[in-house]
Amino acid sequence: MISVQNLSKYFDQFKAVDDLTFDIGPGDIVGFLGPNGAGKSTTMKMLTGFLAPSSGNIEINGQNVAEHSKAIQQQIGYLPEGAPAYGDMTVYQFLHFIADIRKLRGKEKQARVAAVTDRLELHSVLNRPVENLSKGFKRRVGLAQAIIHDPAILILDEPTDGLDPNQKHQVRELIQGLSEDKTVIISTHILEEVAAVCNRVMIIAKGALQFDDTPGALQQRSRFYQSVSLTLSYAADISGLAELDGVADMEVDRKTGRVTLFPESGQPILPQVTEHIQLRRLPVEDLHVEQGRLDDVFREITTQQEVRG
Amino acid sequence: MRNIWIIARREFSSFFATPVAYVFIAIFLVLSGIFTFFIGNLFERGQADMLPFFNFHPWLYLFLVPAIAMRTWAEERKSGTIELLMTMPVSIGEAVLGKFLAAWAVLALALALTFPLWLTVTYLGAPDHGIIIAAYLGSWLMAGAFLAISMCMSALTKNQVVAFILAIVVCFLFVVSGSNIVLDAFQMWAGNAVIDTVASFSFLSHFESMAKGVLAMNDVGYFVIAIGVWLYASLIIIEQKKAD
Repeated sequence: MISVQNLSKYFDQFKAVDDLTFDIGPGDIVGFLGPNGAGKSTTMKMLTGFLAPSSGNIEINGQNVAEHSKAIQQQIGYLPEGAPAYGDMTVYQFLHFIADIRKLRGKEKQARVAAVTDRLELHSVLNRPVENLSKGFKRRVGLAQAIIHDPAILILDEPTDGLDPNQKHQVRELIQGLSEDKTVIISTHILEEVAAVCNRVMIIAKGALQFDDTPGALQQRSRFYQSVSLTLSYAADISGLAELDGVADMEVDRKTGRVTLFPESGQPILPQVTEHIQLRRLPVEDLHVEQGRLDDVFREITTQQEVRG
Repeated sequence: MRNIWIIARREFSSFFATPVAYVFIAIFLVLSGIFTFFIGNLFERGQADMLPFFNFHPWLYLFLVPAIAMRTWAEERKSGTIELLMTMPVSIGEAVLGKFLAAWAVLALALALTFPLWLTVTYLGAPDHGIIIAAYLGSWLMAGAFLAISMCMSALTKNQVVAFILAIVVCFLFVVSGSNIVLDAFQMWAGNAVIDTVASFSFLSHFESMAKGVLAMNDVGYFVIAIGVWLYASLIIIEQKKAD
């Protein structure tokens, strides 16, 4: 259980984090979104006790982070931005070092090191120095380090940055495979990732919280949510589509000829549209319902702040 | 306690995973040999002691210890591993001590590897072994003070070169603070008490009797306190500036 109240952080005059208040409970997989420089990493650094807040309060499992940082850090797994690791150590040495520091001993330590090596498929690089690894492997070593003590709270700062699509998929599976009572916070600016793994989205811009809800709710914010788009194999009279019940607007892309029908207030309009198509025998060759374009919503949420500010 | 040991072990093996320790030890041995035989005239003196060897240690440490200590914190900062280390359940004090002990152990190893010189002197004459052991300990203690200063300078910056130069400058001030180079700056305006205090910080004068094998309480105490103060200073600097 993470409870953050009125958290602010200033660097000299610059306000990096502005009065954040939120609670994160067990089982929450939070996607922490925001443009670069929005304060994501700064917030994560404060959650892990690396940075001290300028004002406000962070409590983790009922303990204040500033007062009990060592006890709290034992319960947190953290992947800092850029997945830093001691470059001169081999992966094996590095994982053992982290396990030692995390107070794992004897058989338990061996088992945990073996478990994370399996999980992140690090066998082939175990005896190579970290500095000689590819970006993808470095990131995986960073992830292995973060989960080695099976923490109740996992904080990952851009875990999939620099990974190829297969590796991204692997990391998502890893996060989904964590047991259900864990708390996970992932910062990213890849929006599909949020829809794929998170059950909660928090968007911050200019240090302030702009949005806090489920990924579904984020999609509903999109103009394209539940809209129907279709293409015709040849020109036909489509004016009737715009007149249908529940259809608020129709747009035609002049280049591709794609027709998009926007619903009123997010209601499904597919039945009316298909009925109309069948009735008029429109030559439709492709038709689908859109789920909402996250990047549009993201841009809208994060830039409206700029206009106001 | 365990954390200090874990960190010290990591740091120590990291010295040997990179060429740092090997280069350091090799150069230390070569330079100490040159100083002892060519400048200190060990043979020509005709005495079975190691005074020429120990007398040059402050000057040797002045350049070599900052070189081995410069990466201590600067590199952690540059590579971002400081964030990793400081979000582990390890206190800053444990990290500072662990790093210090690891580098100090490398210095001990370098000193220990000068044993052929001791064998030579023993072969040529009948030196007082107690004096030599005491002088070795004194030299190691002084090296610790150099190390604590250099590590503190490394905590100040991300840049290893800056850390190296700062460390040399500060160490140099401490080495020569008993001489006119430093004292002249105080002569004009400060009272005798101030000048005496500044002069008493001198590594050279505290090491002088140690090199002769006399481990006086005030000299030993001085270096121990110097190590403690500078390590504490690095602890505070890291606490304040770890995220910069």
